[in-house]
Amino acid sequence: MSEAVYPESEVFHTEDMTISVGPQHPSTHGVLRFVVRTDGEVISEALPDVGYLHRSIEKIGEKCTYHGYVPYTDRADYLAAMFANQGFCMAAEKLGATEVTRRGEFCRVIACELNRIASHLISVGTFGQDIGAITPFLHALRERETINDLMEEICGARLTYNYIRIGGVGYDITPQTCDKILVFLDHFDPIIDEYNRLLSYNKIYIERLANVAAITKEDALQYNLVGPNLRASGVKWDIRRDIPYSVYPELEFEVPVGHGEKGTLGDCYDRYWVRIQELQESSKILRQCLKMMPKGPAISKVPRKFKPPAGEVYVRVEAPRGDMGYYVVSDGTEYAYRVRIRTGSFTAMAIIDKLSRGIMVADLIALIASLDVDAPEIDR
Amino acid sequence: MQAQEIYNKIEKQFPGKVGLFRGDVFDPHLNVDAGAIVDVCRYLRDDAETAFEVLSDLTAIDWTKKDDEKIQVVYHLFSYAKRHQIVLKVDLPREAPRIATVEGIWKAANWFEREVFDLFGVDFAGHSDLRRIMLPEDWVGHPLRKDYVEQEEYDGISTQRAPLVDKLLK
Repeated sequence: MSEAVYPESEVFHTEDMTISVGPQHPSTHGVLRFVVRTDGEVISEALPDVGYLHRSIEKIGEKCTYHGYVPYTDRADYLAAMFANQGFCMAAEKLGATEVTRRGEFCRVIACELNRIASHLISVGTFGQDIGAITPFLHALRERETINDLMEEICGARLTYNYIRIGGVGYDITPQTCDKILVFLDHFDPIIDEYNRLLSYNKIYIERLANVAAITKEDALQYNLVGPNLRASGVKWDIRRDIPYSVYPELEFEVPVGHGEKGTLGDCYDRYWVRIQELQESSKILRQCLKMMPKGPAISKVPRKFKPPAGEVYVRVEAPRGDMGYYVVSDGTEYAYRVRIRTGSFTAMAIIDKLSRGIMVADLIALIASLDVDAPEIDR
Repeated sequence: MQAQEIYNKIEKQFPGKVGLFRGDVFDPHLNVDAGAIVDVCRYLRDDAETAFEVLSDLTAIDWTKKDDEKIQVVYHLFSYAKRHQIVLKVDLPREAPRIATVEGIWKAANWFEREVFDLFGVDFAGHSDLRRIMLPEDWVGHPLRKDYVEQEEYDGISTQRAPLVDKLLK
């Protein structure tokens, strides 16, 4: 329009700008980098650059015994190490036809669901922080700190647990710890409401997230999004319910999906809201487990030289960042022939390039936060 | 659908292109000719009965057994609607492995294939953006191959340094 009015010499010339977001940037949640091409505030392209945290965890898996590899799996995703433990142990157990004791299964579920709450708290907390709401982050971290303490009591570690072992769990959960978990849950349930009042129903927060970077169901499947990101796009799929493992079939819980709560289906707010609802579901699962906890040994007898017969297996667990797949190939020796870890963040990261086209720079930050990508889980 | 039925369906559609079906294992799998992978995948996605709308995983295995040396590319297909899965395997030579990309069928394949290219050195023909993803652009070799030997130094920094502990213990 302006070109018609002004002579050419007076037209205000603009050009695309290329900026590097990260690798050390508070909103990238770890060591990630985006090469962003913008026209003013509008992004024309945001290319993710990953690999800064590549530690060859898959190669290490070929060099370690099955038992020896469990602590390494922790490092695949430090925010949800319990699930990485469980995925690998389930794969090894399936290959070696190893039984898990019933109490061991309950200990696993308790530890995992506590871990899920901790991981989602980080996710929703940092989400607020990235948008500019610092206070809710501190509230979330305060609760997570209690979970870290509980975890320390359960297995001696606060982040990299190495708790779930082949055949069960490393240490039994004592009745005293069970009581403490119950006290925590009684304290935590009202906190979710408080958190909602503080952040979820905040007008500014909603306006920043609703209708931003909506992912259609088709795109979610094409890019193989998993977990909360997939559910936010309206696909009711939870591995705990649909490909049941452990004792989940005996437990009652809902699978929250996105409904376009405040805007379009599959927008940033839906992804956020699904996680908040999952906090409640995890709390529900924990209460049931604590009630149903059977007596017995926490780990079954597993030979020290664990040699599963030759074969291969693909096992999925529902981690906080979705379907975590372990593809383990055994050649009948003490060492796995190939360990492949398929993680939710990896595929979530790949969709950012497509979604970022045409959105504002500030919305890119919301998009990254809403997908809950976790750098170590992408790179492994 | 049972894995056997899926296999029968593919075999009928692509006679001679598929084989070595194993249905008695944890995750039933079958071998596909390298040349037919794109057609088979497209058929499996678009057919109303199979409806594999998701590529769960794409990875590779390096087999170095004598007389059976190969790079095996493994596709894990899954269907949310039908709740079934199938595993496709493609055997490629260890020297200069090359296969067509399935990026046009599932977008998720883009990054999966980049990772396999980076760590196994498989060339995906027709890929839109085949660059290393985990390692630096100028890295030498493909680490997940069994015969991989780390380069001695990268960018002037040694990659192999004897731990000090060994010296102290002597």
